[in-house]
Amino acid sequence: MKRSSTLKQVFHYLKKYKLYMLLSILFAAVTVIFSLYIPIVIGDTIDLIIGKDSVDFKSIGRLLTTVAIIAVGVAVFQWIMNNINNKIVYNITKDVRNEAFEKIHSLPLKYIDSHSYGEVVSKVITDVDQFADGLLMGFTQLFTGIVTIIATLVFMLTISWQITIVVVVLTPLSLFVANFIAKRTYSMFSAQSKTRADQTAIVEEMIGNQKTVKAFSHEDEAIEKFDIVNDKLEKCSIKAIFFSSLVNPCTRFINSLIYASVALVGAFMAMGSFGSVLTIGALSCFLSYATQYAKPFNEISGVISELQNSFACASRTFEFINEDSEVADSSANVLDNVNGRIDFENVSFSYNEDQKLIENLSFSASHGQRVAIVGPTGCGKTTLINLIMRFYDVKSGSISVDGSNIKEITRHSLRKSFGMVLQDTWVRNASIYENIAIGKPNATYDEIINAAKLSHAHSFIKRLPNGYDTVVSESSSILSQGQKQLLCIARVMLALPPMLILDEATSSIDTRTELKIQEAFSLLMENRTSFIVAHRLSTIKEADIILVMKNGNIVEKGNHDELIKKQGFYYKLYNSQFGVMEESL
Amino acid sequence: MKKLLAYMKGYYKECIISPLFKMLEAVFELLVPLVIANIIDIGIANKDKGYVIKMCLVLVAFAIVGLSCTLIAQYFAAKVAVGFSCKVKHSLFSHIQSLSYSEIDDLGTSTMITRMTSDMNQVQTGVNLTLRLFMRSPVVVFGAMIMAFYVDRTSASFFDRPATTFVIAIPLLAIIVFSIMCASIPLFKKVQMKLDKVLNRTRENLSGVRVIRAFGKENDEIGEFKKEASSLFSAQTFVGKISAIMNPATFAIINLAIVMLIWNGAIQVNSGSLSQGQVIALYNYMSQILVELIKLANLIINITKSVACGNRVQAVFEISPSIKDDALDTAPMIMSENAVDFRNVSMTYLKASESSLDDIDFSVKHGETVGIVGATGSGKTTLINLISRFYDVSSGEVLVDGINVKSYRSEELLSKIGIVPQKAVLFRGSLRDNMKWGNENASDDEIIEAIKSAQGADILLSKKEGLDFFIEQGGKNLSGGQKQRLTIARALVKKPSILILDDSSSALDFATDASLRKSISELDFKPTVFIVSQRASSVMHADKIIVLDDGKCVGIATHSELLKQCSVYAEIYASQFGKESIA
Repeated sequence: MKRSSTLKQVFHYLKKYKLYMLLSILFAAVTVIFSLYIPIVIGDTIDLIIGKDSVDFKSIGRLLTTVAIIAVGVAVFQWIMNNINNKIVYNITKDVRNEAFEKIHSLPLKYIDSHSYGEVVSKVITDVDQFADGLLMGFTQLFTGIVTIIATLVFMLTISWQITIVVVVLTPLSLFVANFIAKRTYSMFSAQSKTRADQTAIVEEMIGNQKTVKAFSHEDEAIEKFDIVNDKLEKCSIKAIFFSSLVNPCTRFINSLIYASVALVGAFMAMGSFGSVLTIGALSCFLSYATQYAKPFNEISGVISELQNSFACASRTFEFINEDSEVADSSANVLDNVNGRIDFENVSFSYNEDQKLIENLSFSASHGQRVAIVGPTGCGKTTLINLIMRFYDVKSGSISVDGSNIKEITRHSLRKSFGMVLQDTWVRNASIYENIAIGKPNATYDEIINAAKLSHAHSFIKRLPNGYDTVVSESSSILSQGQKQLLCIARVMLALPPMLILDEATSSIDTRTELKIQEAFSLLMENRTSFIVAHRLSTIKEADIILVMKNGNIVEKGNHDELIKKQGFYYKLYNSQFGVMEESL
Repeated sequence: MKKLLAYMKGYYKECIISPLFKMLEAVFELLVPLVIANIIDIGIANKDKGYVIKMCLVLVAFAIVGLSCTLIAQYFAAKVAVGFSCKVKHSLFSHIQSLSYSEIDDLGTSTMITRMTSDMNQVQTGVNLTLRLFMRSPVVVFGAMIMAFYVDRTSASFFDRPATTFVIAIPLLAIIVFSIMCASIPLFKKVQMKLDKVLNRTRENLSGVRVIRAFGKENDEIGEFKKEASSLFSAQTFVGKISAIMNPATFAIINLAIVMLIWNGAIQVNSGSLSQGQVIALYNYMSQILVELIKLANLIINITKSVACGNRVQAVFEISPSIKDDALDTAPMIMSENAVDFRNVSMTYLKASESSLDDIDFSVKHGETVGIVGATGSGKTTLINLISRFYDVSSGEVLVDGINVKSYRSEELLSKIGIVPQKAVLFRGSLRDNMKWGNENASDDEIIEAIKSAQGADILLSKKEGLDFFIEQGGKNLSGGQKQRLTIARALVKKPSILILDDSSSALDFATDASLRKSISELDFKPTVFIVSQRASSVMHADKIIVLDDGKCVGIATHSELLKQCSVYAEIYASQFGKESIA
């Protein structure tokens, strides 16, 4: 994404908060100018404090009252400004994030399948945060920084152009020094971060696999390896930390030099040199400007790199938001009273152009029939599921349910007619109760318990610390893989859709649980047209139609006996997976 | 944290030099307003140009001395901080290496890694900042106040003194700065929590996108997300409101203090006890304290964090390994016909309420092959971990070659055993280095032979670098099946008298699994073999099959006997081969 279009989109989001932005800019200008005006007033006051018995208390009182009023006023305005800035930035964060999240649900599955979750999450969360941080800094520091520089310059010029020149000429020196050090330390920093990464890698490897290290009595070697990197890190870290910490004292040193120069020139002018006379108050005002003037310069260079980074982050998020959504539903026809007849007619599909997958596949499944999909792992069995659920659209041909092409009914009604249990179980961070009720949010407690009982999930749920109210999540280890699958079956058992898509468990589930899952599956499949990604011999044998897949293609279809007779790929597969074992009896 | 400070030993000198020089720098900074006051009161008043030049050179000299002091201070601070943390890291790493399996389970690997990395980095930063700033900020703040009283020493009474303003302003500023920081820290934590919620929902929606679409719940999810995003927004603006007070409030207070200072100063000047230059000096001192107070507050937050991290690190040091090598001498040699005996062994994990193994009793003769089957969580891995004494039994005894495993030194015991763990782990380094974990002195020929026995000949052929093939961290550049076969080879390189395969053929197809079993049975060093598996086909040829169910042994016999006697075994077998295959 080009920077100009990113900028355009940033402005698009800012537009909603136009008024706030105007206010923010106005307040920033007011606060900066008035806060810089204070040293001038104080300078004037000091000029009135000349010596013994010659102090004009009346004027001083008036000037100091002005300072007090300005100080309090500036503080109030600054606080309001800060709040306005926060409001703008957090609102935009929220807007962008909401839009990005909505995008997740309108994107074609193809996008989600081909990008890692971490990548998308970082676009929706981290990048938006970075963008917001940069924007906030831009608001608070970039604008005020520029106003500060200009206003200080103008104020200084009104008092004395000679000293102004001293300040303006010397200030870049501190920027130069900071830059110089940063460049020199860059290589030390990269050496440090590289060594640190090496160390982290060793730590992750050795401690992450501590058990293997111990099993081979490899501890001493591990420590030796660690120490080599540790010593190396010590050397680079001292250098990197020391040299990078030079920036502050060095710029401070330059500032001290500027301060001394201002004092020198100012004092000479106060004594009548260089043509014009400077008052003591004006000198004191200059001294306070001299310490402040370099600050916004140092800040602005930081802000600009921060802004660049933030725009880079924004463009990543925007790119995501601007991805093409799924093709909209072409008609509002709703699928209801489903009988369960499914027809594939000359269906062709592939994930990418150059690799053919499904070619001219035709078959029909009528009400209550079972379709088993078999094949070696990684042969693309889930592709069929993707097509039936219309997660992906066919390239040519058609899939119809009860005679109507699935492209001509709403996705929503199509998908709701299928109950889907995938091997890749998904539980959400919520109670067991809520997890089961996903498909039927208004279900009663009894209905949920009943569904859990039918799917053999009730007995383990009962034993959880808080029963049905136990909060589970993807990462928590409260539930085993098999239990998660039972929970997903309970979900479908509760919603009871007219058609089913089931993915059988493989070896990661223990036998006992697997038997229970089988029972639950059989109960579900009664009178429902079902597609099963099958691993078990019994399921395959009982299927009405077997689709045999190989390298993404459907190479054979028919029932068990037909396929065995054919002595084709199914026959070979059957013998290699099940035959070996029978032979060994 | 206290005990960690012992690692400061050897750095005492640096620990004193660093803050001392930092303090010197602050002192020179504090002298600047005095010089300015003299320029005004003496130089300008007397029109003494020479004096002014002299004083400005003094300012430059102060700047140079100040810079040198800082450089010295920061060099030593960096040296101490880094040196200290590297020493601690070394000890921590060695300490973790000494822990036994129970402690590793209890701590969790991710915790240990965090302690070693990010916690230690925070501790290092904390030490560095403390040495650098802890003396500087208070010296500047209180020094400015003391200097103000010094400048103002001639004023009449305490309450009329302009310098008294400092006594009021400093505590007031301190209260504001610290209370805003204290108030906002927990609020920032809350914001972080809400952000995590939003993040988790995003991740959850991505991983569950198919289920959500299947149930047609997209709009509900978007609604929920918006609710969470709004709640994050309110939390952010709320904490924003509070932390936004800091700058304006301190700005107002400092300026009001300056107003008061100058007013009182004017009175003193009028009465003749203070000069114009001295008023300017007082004004300069007031401006100096604000920046330092904010720095100090940030420093204190940083130190608190570091101490918390330090305490967490110390907690790891306080864990001592539960299994220690009590045996001092090498175990006596006994001629035993059994390679492994379990005598009424029960085992309960630390902090577990129920036992994982219950009264297990069996013997295995030299050279026998033993299969161990059972459902997940039935205690298979626990059982084999006891042979290597990764855990201690709760009751009963485990004997290897007729001797209790507790009588061996750990290295001696482990030298007899080759383990292939469930998770196929390889380490960054060459294939040869990885294989040498089994035996440091193994020759290339021995290694190749082991790889061949592990059915990995094709892996060697496919890598043109041969044994020099470089394995990435976690074996990322190898497939699951390749890693599994190489971990088997690594155990074979050791030529152990006991070989343990813990479900280590799950990524292999049936044919490779079968030929692996065949080649293991043909090994020339004839090891006693334990095969743990979910697959009945992997164990059914064993001399003896141990069937575990919920920590109990429900059958020890051969395949055909078990099919008849043991219902759990029959069930497992049926689930994989179909019911008809039993009949």
